Amino acid sequence: MHVYILRRLILMVPVLLGLTVIVFLIMSMIPGDPALAILGSYATPENVAKLRADLGLDKTMVEQYWIWLTNMLQGDFGRSYSLNRPVLDEILERFGATLILAGTSLVLCTIFGLLTGVISAVRQYGWADKALTFAVLIGISVPSFWLGLLLMMFFAVELRWLPVSGMYAIYGGGDLPDLIRHLILPSITLAVVATGIIARLTRSNMLEVLRQDFIRTARAKGLDENRVIYRHAFKAALVNVIPVIGVQAGFVLGGAVYIETVFQWPGIGRMLVNAISTRDILLVQGGVVLVAGSYVLFNLFADVIQHLLDPRVKA
Amino acid sequence: MKSLFKGVLAAAALAVSAIGFGPAEAQTPPGVLVVGQIAEPKSLDPAAVTAVNDFRILMNVYDGLVRYKDGTLEVEPALAKSWTISDDGTVYTFSLRDGVTFHDGTPFNAEAVKYNFDRMLDEDHPEHDTGPFPLSFFFSAVEEVEVVDDLTVKFQLNAPYAPFLSNLAYPTGLIVSPTAVREGGADYGRNPVGTGPFKFAEWESNAKVVVVRNDDYWEDPAKLEAVVFRPITDANTRVAELMAGGIDLMVEVPPDSLTQLSGDDNFSVYEQAGPHLWFLILNLKEGPFKDKKVRQAINYAIDKKALVENVLQGTAEIATGPTPPAFAWAYNEQLQPYPHDVEKAKQLIKEAGAEGAEVVFYVTEGGSGMLDPVPMGAAIQADLAQIGLTVAIETYEWNTFLGKVNPGLEGKADMAEMAWMTNDPDTLPYLALRTDAWPDKGGFNSGYYSNPEVDKLLEAARSSTDQAERAKLYREMQEIVYDDAPWAFIANWKQNAVSSTLVDGFKLQPSFFLLLDDVVKN
Repeated sequence: MHVYILRRLILMVPVLLGLTVIVFLIMSMIPGDPALAILGSYATPENVAKLRADLGLDKTMVEQYWIWLTNMLQGDFGRSYSLNRPVLDEILERFGATLILAGTSLVLCTIFGLLTGVISAVRQYGWADKALTFAVLIGISVPSFWLGLLLMMFFAVELRWLPVSGMYAIYGGGDLPDLIRHLILPSITLAVVATGIIARLTRSNMLEVLRQDFIRTARAKGLDENRVIYRHAFKAALVNVIPVIGVQAGFVLGGAVYIETVFQWPGIGRMLVNAISTRDILLVQGGVVLVAGSYVLFNLFADVIQHLLDPRVKA
Repeated sequence: MKSLFKGVLAAAALAVSAIGFGPAEAQTPPGVLVVGQIAEPKSLDPAAVTAVNDFRILMNVYDGLVRYKDGTLEVEPALAKSWTISDDGTVYTFSLRDGVTFHDGTPFNAEAVKYNFDRMLDEDHPEHDTGPFPLSFFFSAVEEVEVVDDLTVKFQLNAPYAPFLSNLAYPTGLIVSPTAVREGGADYGRNPVGTGPFKFAEWESNAKVVVVRNDDYWEDPAKLEAVVFRPITDANTRVAELMAGGIDLMVEVPPDSLTQLSGDDNFSVYEQAGPHLWFLILNLKEGPFKDKKVRQAINYAIDKKALVENVLQGTAEIATGPTPPAFAWAYNEQLQPYPHDVEKAKQLIKEAGAEGAEVVFYVTEGGSGMLDPVPMGAAIQADLAQIGLTVAIETYEWNTFLGKVNPGLEGKADMAEMAWMTNDPDTLPYLALRTDAWPDKGGFNSGYYSNPEVDKLLEAARSSTDQAERAKLYREMQEIVYDDAPWAFIANWKQNAVSSTLVDGFKLQPSFFLLLDDVVKN
């Protein structure tokens, strides 16, 4: 077991290194100059050249990459041009906010996706199934940012039940209930599409399982119907659904970019969008490395857990 | 099955009651003004920033030696009580206000003033590395700042430079506390200290910048207890926050929402034309625009009325020439905008033999002061098609766009969109219309306009310290440029803001700054 984990950890090094190279290359291929972004419309070619030299942008790509990498290994991600503060501070602060939003959405879409799928399957072709299938279809088709605005207009502007945007109230907020109230609209908006996908998949898997022999056997034995559905069928269907939930986790993180902008959620998605538009290279590079790095880590965790549960799964 | 369902419902109900829904949400406290900003500020160091968004906060925390008189772009005393200008226009001596201290207790005096300009202009200054200072060229005429005595400071210029006072009133000239810069170093921009009507209190990244009233202000203290600047980048969200009562005041309202909000009794709408010009740079070095007739034809062919009324929904006015009317004292009122006259345009094109010419048109996706550049570009393309010109649009993101336009259009494009917001009638023509401002000489004359008469007038206007004399020179310059048509003059933007009716005493300024010391919130 230890050997397995160690091997995986060592494998992470080339993966992360490759990642930094790719991120660096992509950022250097994007047109637009950070020096121009800083100096604005008043940038004369002369001033741009001077600032580029100050920022080290006139060095060769290899030199720039090496400086960035070695500094980063010492925990120095550089200083953001556009925010004028250390990249690492900004990223860590933002990453927490994104995890809260994406995590809540993931929990919501898992619970409601599974629940909807099971109800649909059990009541196949009944009115509940039809209504839910219709709702799921709408959920999958509606663009998230539009749904977000719609929910915002209704629950925040018209009814004034919930805050419009932000993560905490400007005054007197900051506690858990305050956070939850701010979380409701963005996390629901973010969860809608994934809920639909999970619901569809659960429904079809459940239907398939319900037709199988062991379910017939269970029923023939005279088991209680609830027991048949939850103990036997649901468990069997879940095996196929769980990997998809894993994939949805990635989508939810990606979707957070739009949702964070609409709801002004101070997460990493909104930060990356702003950073790209201001050509804040160090901030983008640092942000992507950290997000991607944590993916790699999550993957490792998942694999280790899977390995622990089922030793047949090999690295 | 049913029990599970019930369980979820019960949990949801519990959660709802614990959080406590209620219409009390989103009410801002009295005495505290919450302003919806279009973006997070980059820095609160006035020497380091260029964006109007940041200026809106800065102007409330800092003072300059001088400032713009309320509602105008004319200069009046602020931290300097008075000043004298030497006859040759190269020495400015300011006597400073006595008894003013920065928010951190540092006394304001001649040393502090000298420190501010040395930091920006002297590359060997110990705190020069707290920059870059992108607008320090506003003060490039300053040779030396000299402390005469504690309350007298002398600026020695290398040549007469008339816009000097108005540049001092611009945010780049605001005075920061030397102690705070020495202590803060590179972080000073996040811990600003000035002498202004509000003191910096807190900057919570991505959420708010809070400033509180400075009770020891050298003028009447502000009426508000505090101002909270909230960055809300999405315009729709900003409008939603205003309607929900989460913010009291917002700027840069999208045209659609402006129409909607102006019909609502709960809100007050403010509009004010500013020193802004939206224009097309034409390439005079090569291609059809070498010919003045073709350039004039373009000015006739573009339906500017349709642009400002339909595309911009009345948020701008038709521009006449290179100088916006907001510079009332220097603006030439004799000139009328080129009328929309397709026949005349066609005739000019025919005379020039440019029928059926093909031109490349650089359009940007967005950018400072660019209004709605893509639809505007498309409308202009359609207008020019009517006079037989084939316009090929190339669209670029703002930074890339600047990287293509600022070094000059030669060999790349025939025309490009551009917009400038300036504080002095000198700035735009001096940096973008003189022969010595061609890109290879470090200026912004990307279309290579050159007229010796204009050059002479602009040089003379900048070295004259007599405003009436300067006005005369600028008016003359406008006539020539209007006729030469090196640009297509399109629109002057009207800035706007909307507040809830609880807000009283708010006014927009032609400088685009947000001055909040006289604002009351009931």
